[in-house]
Amino acid sequence: MHSLWLIPILPFAGFLLLTLLSGWHRSQRLTAVIGVGTVGLAAALAGLVGYDFINTPPETGVYVHTYWTWFKVGDFAPKIALHLDALSLIFILVITFVGTLIHLYSAEFMAGEDNWNYARFFSYLNLFIAMMLVLVLADNFLLLYLGWEGVGLCSYLLIGFWYRDPQNGRAARKAFIVTRIGDAAMAIGLFLLFDNLGTLDIQSAMGQAAALWPVGSALAMWTAVMLLGGAVGKSAQLPLQIWLPDAMAGPTPVSALIHAATMVTAGVYLIARTHVLFTLAPAVMTATAVIGALTLLLAGFSALTQWDIKRVLAYSTISQLGYMFLALGVGAWSAAVFHFMTHAFFKALLFLGAGVIISRLHHEHSMFKMGGLRKELPFTFWVYLIGGSALAALPLVTAGFYSKDKILADVWASPNGGAWLWAAGIVGALLTGVYTFRMIFLTFFGERQPLVQEFSPLPQPGWRMKLPLGVLAALAILAGFIETPPTLGNISLLSGFLRDVLPPLADTAISTTTQLALQGTAVIASLGGIAIAYFFVLKRPQTTARLVQTKWGAVLHHFWFNGWGFDWLDNEFIIQPFVRAAQMDKDDWVDLGPTVAAELSVMAAKAVDGWHNGRLRRYAAGVVLGAVVLLTAVILIQ
Amino acid sequence: MILPWTILFLIIGSLFVWLAGRWRPLAARWMSLTVLALHLAALLWLWTQSNPSASSGQVLQSSSTWIMEYNVPWIPQLGIHIHLALDGLSLILIILTNFLGIIAVGASWNEIQERVGFFHATLLWVVASLTGVFLAVDLFLFYFFWELMLVPLYFLIGIWGHKRREYATLKFFIFTQFGGLLMLLAILGLYFVHGRTTGIYTFEYGQLLGTVMSPRTAFWLMLGFFVAFAVKLPAFPLHTWLPDAHTEAPTAGSVDLAGLVLKVGAYGFLRFLVPLFPEAAFRIAPWAMTLGVIGILYGALLAFAQTNLKRLVAYTSISHMGFVLLGIFAWNQLSLQGVVIVMVSHGISTGGLFLLVGQLYERTGTRDLRQLGGLWEGLPRMSRVGIVLALASLGLPGMGNFIGEFLVLLGAFQVYPVLALLATLGFVFAAVYSLWMVQRIFAGSRPTHMPKLPDIHGRELALMTALVVIIFWLGVRPQPILDTTEPAIQNLQQIVNQTYRDEEIGDRRLEIEYADNLYSPIINLPEGRTP
Repeated sequence: MHSLWLIPILPFAGFLLLTLLSGWHRSQRLTAVIGVGTVGLAAALAGLVGYDFINTPPETGVYVHTYWTWFKVGDFAPKIALHLDALSLIFILVITFVGTLIHLYSAEFMAGEDNWNYARFFSYLNLFIAMMLVLVLADNFLLLYLGWEGVGLCSYLLIGFWYRDPQNGRAARKAFIVTRIGDAAMAIGLFLLFDNLGTLDIQSAMGQAAALWPVGSALAMWTAVMLLGGAVGKSAQLPLQIWLPDAMAGPTPVSALIHAATMVTAGVYLIARTHVLFTLAPAVMTATAVIGALTLLLAGFSALTQWDIKRVLAYSTISQLGYMFLALGVGAWSAAVFHFMTHAFFKALLFLGAGVIISRLHHEHSMFKMGGLRKELPFTFWVYLIGGSALAALPLVTAGFYSKDKILADVWASPNGGAWLWAAGIVGALLTGVYTFRMIFLTFFGERQPLVQEFSPLPQPGWRMKLPLGVLAALAILAGFIETPPTLGNISLLSGFLRDVLPPLADTAISTTTQLALQGTAVIASLGGIAIAYFFVLKRPQTTARLVQTKWGAVLHHFWFNGWGFDWLDNEFIIQPFVRAAQMDKDDWVDLGPTVAAELSVMAAKAVDGWHNGRLRRYAAGVVLGAVVLLTAVILIQ
Repeated sequence: MILPWTILFLIIGSLFVWLAGRWRPLAARWMSLTVLALHLAALLWLWTQSNPSASSGQVLQSSSTWIMEYNVPWIPQLGIHIHLALDGLSLILIILTNFLGIIAVGASWNEIQERVGFFHATLLWVVASLTGVFLAVDLFLFYFFWELMLVPLYFLIGIWGHKRREYATLKFFIFTQFGGLLMLLAILGLYFVHGRTTGIYTFEYGQLLGTVMSPRTAFWLMLGFFVAFAVKLPAFPLHTWLPDAHTEAPTAGSVDLAGLVLKVGAYGFLRFLVPLFPEAAFRIAPWAMTLGVIGILYGALLAFAQTNLKRLVAYTSISHMGFVLLGIFAWNQLSLQGVVIVMVSHGISTGGLFLLVGQLYERTGTRDLRQLGGLWEGLPRMSRVGIVLALASLGLPGMGNFIGEFLVLLGAFQVYPVLALLATLGFVFAAVYSLWMVQRIFAGSRPTHMPKLPDIHGRELALMTALVVIIFWLGVRPQPILDTTEPAIQNLQQIVNQTYRDEEIGDRRLEIEYADNLYSPIINLPEGRTP
């Protein structure tokens, strides 16, 4: 465990090497070796550390190592220190492992770029891994904040990777600025924590908060609200979800790694990490659950209407993150972490699969121009089907089923949850089934569209792409079996492992009959969703088309397609006023004051200028006049 | 004797540089570089020697607050001394001054081709007078250096500036002169008030501290200083000279203006305004901090609106200096140390941005954002540096500006949470203008008419590397600076606490009879014979 520091440092070293040596290394092979190698090493080390941690757990369940004091002003002395416990261990394992796979995939995926772009891509990706690791390993909030903003930067750089298109730059800026609104809220949360608890050390702040703040106290609420603001921004939840669909402008491996598997789950990590604080603020917990429920529904509906395969996946990511927030909001911490893990596997898999398709079709994103790819790309089809099934929570055999089932059961059972939130989750499950299989049917089944025929036969992906796909597909099935409900084997490896860090739900004892009924409903929802997709996409596409053409159908479609009008609202009420204000005041009205003063003095000077004309008679008259006026004044005042 | 020599060395150096310039321009460049480098080396040596962190904790006696002191009478009849004193705060600022002086020389290597000798002499003159400002602890001497600084800057912009340089210099001069005049009046007012209450007529900072006066008088005198420093900082709404001055100044002038001249305002607040008039300062603190917050947001908004790159960077300066004003009037250890870091890192990062603008201008002949774009591929090194500077400006953790601004906000939050809250919005606004700038220069596609441009290398790369390394150093290990300024900051806080307490006691003792009415000619009359 003493080599813990190497885990974030290795990818960072990779980043430095790739950036500083960019003038020298000209071969893609070397770049790939550095880029993939450093992350792979980090993953291997993380595995070793994890092995160590499980076999010889530290006595307190936590391994903390302080490297140096970042800086010290009075009592404020944030440290550069890493904190390893069960929660951060799971996160670093997923980050490094999925990260390695996606790096390997990218080595082939990005091969078409020139050497300079290739190196640039890997340097950003390595920096991202390093920052993400800092985020989840940080022992204090300020270091966490560094990682937090660092991943935001990498996200910005990678969304705008193809910088020539101004649209990509726009999407990148949008992502950074929108998440920064959340970050600003989070910063205020940190001020509140420090102001009232005197520390930004996560563990001691949480301990102090539990000791000093009663449940429901205003301070706890406000602090939790501010942290929630940060989480909502990063994890693309209402009302800051607008940046994620546009973030798909980046290369597809980036969408897989940053905008699905890891960075967007930082908000989930933050709330899980500060769950003590959230427990002190029940109202904020409820708000979290409601935000999660609303987000999962809204994003689910939007996903139904997209034609861009990546945007379907993006909305689906928002929706699945909504499930995690829902779980967090009802106090089902480990269920949220479980879903984070399975989601990381199957969503990365789906994005990588979509990447194969998109690259084979020369950057075509429209699902309506695909079709029939089952025969063209059989391997991709099968792994994509596995990923899609996991997303749609196909019962019994997929990881997504177990993690979503756990969330739904906990939402039902938790005192913070209840039937309404559960129902939202069920409707969401139905929607997930529909949009996922709509996507699968449109791309892989049916007739091959002209575009596919034109490029047929499509080249198969090489081993560097196939291996990650295969491994992730295996995980998308197997990862579910580490945590199964009482009705299905009752395995609790994950929640048992997390027990010390994340307390289990206090009151989850629900009868087996209820449990079975809940599970049955969930199964019906997801299978029903798939059936609906089958009916409307493959069986009766004409019906769908007619439906969309009806008046209300068209309105709804338009509305959902554009993400419920949030972009429009923001544009109308925030962006445009800001830009207009800036444009109006471009020349700085404040300068009018000095300008007017200057003009006046020039005018005054001109006015008296004529008096100074060198004519003695005028001067003499002036003197006399002045004397008279003065004397009169003196006499009158007397 | 070291302190007067730090100034004299530069003055004498500037004369030789002038002469050398008459012989050969290159000689002037190398010579001024040598002078500044030697000077910087001496200052760094001084820094390692002073090492106040070892002795922190026992710094509160006023005699031991100075690391070094020099005091000889100048016009003893009027109580004017050449009194120079160095503490951690002034040391850091002088080192910054000197370092940016070197950067300014480097930036002018190709840009300045006319009257090279005189140009470099003026640069050294700026550095010398700034050093004087940071060292003077006699108010008269302070004012002397304060005004002295204007002259070389006037030349810098007026001679080597761009198209509208006459307008810009005049505006700059009148603004600062206006503030300076008010400060002179305030200094004289303080001089007489102190003289009348105590019988000692002196400009000595140490003695003027804690002068007893009525709140009304204190307020008006404080206001005189306030305007002078607020113009220099610049604080909203006295900032409008800055964009014009920057736009018309040569690169070196901009680096000096942003990196150094603005710091003089901040230094004045820290060293003079609050310690001399603590009560009056605290009374206006909410208003001053509000001005700071307005400056942060207004500057950022206007930065976003600009199409001239230099104006853009100038407005970002106004935004960053808002944090300084906010932090100074929050007046606690966190915010004050934050102010120090903001000053240093803003000096470095904004200096870097102006350098970048200069380099861009040398290559493309334009500073118009609408004509730039897509430089990433052709100029990878410059783009990398530019992005780092933009990120520093938007306050990315790991870089100096973040530490400073975070500390300021953390400190201000403890005093006026609402103002700190609004100021935090500045983080978002800063992201808006910084990323917009990156987009307009480096991203997008290259205008078709733009030829292939040479990337930075050699001298330019060395300058930029130095700046970037320092930015990261400030973000990762700011402790050496914090340690150096800590005793100085604590001392200032101590002074204020002391005065504040005395004033409270004094208030109770003689509630009405402040003997400082400026208009009453007679003072210290025997009992019962009031005029």
